[in-house]
Amino acid sequence: MNGFGGTILRINLETGEIKRTPTPEKFAREWMGARGFVAKTIYDEVPRDADPLGPENILIMAPGVLTGTFAPAGSKIGFGCISPATNGHADSNMGGHLGAEMKYAGYDMVVFERISPEPAYLYIDDDTIEIRSAGDYWGMGSLDLEKRMKDDLGEDFQIATIGPAGENGVVYSCITHDFGRQAGRCGVGAVMGSKKLKAIAIRGTKSIPVHDLPALTKSTYDIIQRTKTHPLMEPWQKYGTALFVGWSNEHGCFPSRNFQTTYHEGWEGISGEKLAEEILVTHKACFGCWINCGKYSRARIPGKPDIYVEGPEYETIALCGGSCGMTNIHDVAYANYLCDNLGLDTMSGGNTVGFAMECYEKGIITKDDLEGHELRWGNIDDFENLVRMIADRRGIGEVLSYGTKGAAERLGRGTLAFAHQAKGMEFSGYDTRWYSAQLLSYCTSDIGAHHNRSWAITADIEIGQDTPEGKAEVVIYLQHIRPLFDTWCCCRLFWGEVDVTAEEHVDTIGYLTGWDVTFEECMQISEKIWNLTRSHYLERNGGPGRQFDVAPARQLEEKVPSGPAKGQRVGVENFEFMLDDYYHNRGWDKNGHPTREVLEILGLPHVADNLEKVGLLGEPFVDGVPKVRGKRLKPKAM
Amino acid sequence: MKIKVAKENCTGCKLCMQVCAIQHYDEINPKKAAIHIDAEFPDPGVYTPKLCVQCGKCMEACPVDAISLVGDAYIIDPETCTDCGICVEVCPFDVMFVHADAPTPIMCDLCMKCTEVCNTGALTAVE
Repeated sequence: MNGFGGTILRINLETGEIKRTPTPEKFAREWMGARGFVAKTIYDEVPRDADPLGPENILIMAPGVLTGTFAPAGSKIGFGCISPATNGHADSNMGGHLGAEMKYAGYDMVVFERISPEPAYLYIDDDTIEIRSAGDYWGMGSLDLEKRMKDDLGEDFQIATIGPAGENGVVYSCITHDFGRQAGRCGVGAVMGSKKLKAIAIRGTKSIPVHDLPALTKSTYDIIQRTKTHPLMEPWQKYGTALFVGWSNEHGCFPSRNFQTTYHEGWEGISGEKLAEEILVTHKACFGCWINCGKYSRARIPGKPDIYVEGPEYETIALCGGSCGMTNIHDVAYANYLCDNLGLDTMSGGNTVGFAMECYEKGIITKDDLEGHELRWGNIDDFENLVRMIADRRGIGEVLSYGTKGAAERLGRGTLAFAHQAKGMEFSGYDTRWYSAQLLSYCTSDIGAHHNRSWAITADIEIGQDTPEGKAEVVIYLQHIRPLFDTWCCCRLFWGEVDVTAEEHVDTIGYLTGWDVTFEECMQISEKIWNLTRSHYLERNGGPGRQFDVAPARQLEEKVPSGPAKGQRVGVENFEFMLDDYYHNRGWDKNGHPTREVLEILGLPHVADNLEKVGLLGEPFVDGVPKVRGKRLKPKAM
Repeated sequence: MKIKVAKENCTGCKLCMQVCAIQHYDEINPKKAAIHIDAEFPDPGVYTPKLCVQCGKCMEACPVDAISLVGDAYIIDPETCTDCGICVEVCPFDVMFVHADAPTPIMCDLCMKCTEVCNTGALTAVE
C-alpha cells in the first residue's frame, strides 16, 4: 500500500507474543493514521470497565499517512490508550524522528497489550523485533536514558522513553523522544509505565512506497520555496512558540500565578526574546520541517548543575513559568528539564505545581506537607522539591500525582474552584476569561483542556470577545481541523502560520497514496473521530454528558483583576448558552449525547446501538440535525 | 560548484537526506542519502551534516577504477563497481555511506538538491 509502512504489530507484553498483520487499506483510508487509528482501535478493543493502569488497557503508537514522507513536516507519531487522568479516550502526539523511523522499519501501528512481568523495552531494527529487558534502565530519567540507549544501541536508533513519574503512575506522565519532544498529554507515559515498558528503540532503513513521486516532489519543492520568504518564517525560526509570550500578555490570556490573573508582571524575563538572548544553544527541527521551531537551550543557575533542554516552549513558559510565578528564563528552562527528565508533562505538571502554590499561599498546603520545604511563587528550589515529590508520589506528591482535579477532590476546602482543568486534564497556557470560545473548546474536548484540540483565541478576537454568540459553530469547525493534522501526522504549523492550505496537504496525500481523497472527506473523518471518542467517553463514564463539560469556577465567576483583560469573566449564563449552541450544532441532544442520526451520517451505526444499550443515545431532533455542522473560519496567526 | 557546510546552522531536519534519496534513487528513504546528520545530544547539542569533501582518496583506493572525477565531483560507475567496500574503509571522513539495497556505496555527486531545500544556510552552493 502506497504511503504506509504496510504492517501492524501486536505485542503481548505478558506472553512475549509478537503478531504481524498487513495494514488493511480500508482501515488506513477510513482513519488515516495516528489519532484515527487510536480512536477506532481503543473503542473496539478496550473493555469499558478496564482500569487505565491495568492489564486490559492497551497502548498504541502509530504514525500517520504523511509521516516520514516528503510532505511538509511529516514528523508526527501518535500514542493512545485510555487515559488515567480522564478515564476517557486518550491520544497524544509528538514530533521528532520516531514516527518516520517507524515507517522506514515498515510499521503503521504497534499495539501493546497486557503487562510485562519485568521492566522491558521494545527493540525494532527493521524486521528484527525483540522485547528486551530494561532492568538496567528502570528508574532512570527520560533524557538520561535516551543518551544511555543511544550509547548502547547506536546513534541512528530513534528512542522513546518514560521517566520515574511514568513508572510510578503519575497521571500526567509523558513519553519523551529526541531529547525534548513529548507525547505529553493524557498520561500516556503512565500507561506505558503500568505496562512495565520503559522504552522503545527503532531503526528503519526501508523505503516508503509512493504513488506519484514526481508530483509529490514538485508540490513540496514549491511549498518550500514559497514559504521560505513568508513574513512569519523568520520569527518562527528565531524564537519558536516562545515568540508568543509577549503577545499573550498583551492580549490578556497568559496564565499568571495559577490563573489568578492574565497578565504576568515580569513576563519580559521569560519571553522568547530572552530565551534567544540568554540560553539558546541551537535551533532544532523535527523530521522534514524547515520552520525549526524547536529551541535547544542551556540553563545556568548558581548552585545547580548546568542543564541542556529542548525548550522552553510557549506552553512550558506559560505553565511552569507564568503559572508558577517565575520571571527568569533560566529557572523556566531548569523547570522544563526537571519535568522532562522525571517524565512529567510540563503543561499539566506546571499547572499542578501552580495550583499547589496557590494552595500553599492559602495555607491549605503547608511546610509539613512539603517535607519542611516552602512552596513560594517563582522559587525554582521549591518547584524542584515538589516535582520530585510528585514523581516519587511521596507525601503531598501522592495527592498531586492525580492532577489538579484529583488533588482538589482529595484536598477539598474549595480548591476545585481554582483547579484549572476539564475532565481531569489541566488547562493549556491560555486563560479564557476574555476568550469564551477557547473555554468552550477546553470544556467540550474529548481529552480535557488541551489547546491542540482546537485553538480558538484568535477566533474569539475575530468573532468578538464580549459575546458568546457565534462561538459554538466555529469551535466545532476548529475541532475538526486539528484531527486532520493528528491523523495525517504533519505539523499544523505550516497551515496555521505560513499559509499552506489544508487542501495542499490533501493533494499531497493523493500523490502519496493514489487515493482520490478530498478535504471534505477528511473533515468527515474528523467529525467521525470526534463523535466516536465522545461516545466512548460516555460509555465509560455514564451520563448525562453535560456534567462532564464543566468549566472551573474561576473562569466563569472571578473577574480578571489586572492587565488588558481586567474585569473580564465568561459568566455561567454565557457558558451554558454556548454549550446549548454547541450540542445543537453538533447534532447532539441537550445532555450532550450524540443522536443516532448524526452517528449514522458518519458511518457509526454500531456506536448508536452501543449508546442505546446503555441509555446514552441522544434524543432525536424533530427537524433533523443541522446539515452542516461547524462553520468555517480560518483564524489568523497570532 | 561545491557545497559549503555551516554546521552551526543545521537543525537536524533531514530534508537534505530526503531530497538526496529522491534525486538519486527515486525513493522516499533518507537512509539512502549521500548526506547524513550527526546529532550530539544532550551535550553539547550540535548537528553536523556529513558529506563528501571531494578529497579523492576513494578514487586512489578503488581496485577496479570505478571512481573518476567528473567535473567537480568524484562519481562511482555502477557498471564497474564491485561493491567491495574498500572506498568506504579508506574514506578519511566516513562520508561514503552504505545501504543494503544500494548497489554501490553512496557518495555526493554535487547535484546541489540539498542546498535548494535547506532553509537555514547550513548547506549552500558556492563556486
